Amino acid sequence: MIYFQLLWVFVKIGVLGFGGGYGMLSLIQHEVVDHYAWMNTTEFADMVAISQMTPGPISINLATYVGYTTAGFGGSLLASFALCLPSIIMVYLILKLFMNKKNSALLTNTLKGLKPAIAGLIFAAGLAMMNTQNFVDFGRGQYNISVIICVLAFVASYFFKANPILLIVISGVIGFFAF
Amino acid sequence: MFELFFSFFKIGAFTIGGGYAMLSMVEKAVVDQKKWVANDEFWDMIAVVQSLPGVFAVNTALYVGHRVAGIKGAIAAMLGAIIPSITIILLLATVFREFRDNPVVERVFKGIRPCVVALILAPSLRMIKSAKVTWKTAIIPIAAVFLIWWCKVSPVYVILAAIAGSVIYALVIGRRQKTEDKKRRI
Repeated sequence: MIYFQLLWVFVKIGVLGFGGGYGMLSLIQHEVVDHYAWMNTTEFADMVAISQMTPGPISINLATYVGYTTAGFGGSLLASFALCLPSIIMVYLILKLFMNKKNSALLTNTLKGLKPAIAGLIFAAGLAMMNTQNFVDFGRGQYNISVIICVLAFVASYFFKANPILLIVISGVIGFFAF
Repeated sequence: MFELFFSFFKIGAFTIGGGYAMLSMVEKAVVDQKKWVANDEFWDMIAVVQSLPGVFAVNTALYVGHRVAGIKGAIAAMLGAIIPSITIILLLATVFREFRDNPVVERVFKGIRPCVVALILAPSLRMIKSAKVTWKTAIIPIAAVFLIWWCKVSPVYVILAAIAGSVIYALVIGRRQKTEDKKRRI
């Protein structure tokens, strides 16, 4: 049963996951945390951090991780494969049969229109993670170190395009000394 | 075939930070070194592959593989791109579950979690900027956030609605471009 659920969830994400790994985040979060409750929001945050820091496509990392935690080794292979399955069919069909100038213009224009919605999707995934499970000292300590980490990381990432891995490492060090 | 597998294996094993980070590495391997695809064809292909859903790296591997050695090539390149990921995550996930309750790890991750939230919010805002969202079109991302975060609507429906809207938009834009072309010709 769990295998069917994994297959269905990740095929769906493979079909609807526009905008790369981050674009899939909201979909994965909805299925894994809200719908099936395979993990809670802190586990989800940890998984995103690990996927971000390790080599390879983030979405494959996420699929492998979700598959492994829910159904072990077989689950991890199944989830990753399910995520790639729509791509295999789509790339084959689209690039082989429909590839011409007119259609590719339609495709890129469609993506242009999709972009603002996908951005909203990603933002919602971030908002959903803003809770006291992920911000442990919110409203408890005097300093709210987790809020400070979040704000500083945001500024560094948005305005200075800081390396995300570096930011994760620094936050980890701060966490080690602060909590 | 082995070359395809191995090239994408290297790319999958050494690029951190997802699809776009690996783009220059793919270009170097596929266009410069192996000369599998010509430079302008490569960038045309990237433009299309980027607009497809799914894993960007996998789509690229599938396309290049298919172009070089047919379906078998596509599968070989795809496996090359994802096997390093799967192996590394499997190892890490096993280890991490052992050490998750370790107090040191717990403290480190308490610091990391708020950072992850920032790392998700920042690119979404950058994406809004790059999509040239105006005050009028800002309603789209705001509506998406509101529906998912507040109303708990499944992102699946939001994407489906967005696709419908975008296709209409693309068709209108396409028609407008066509009439402009006609005007220019006259």
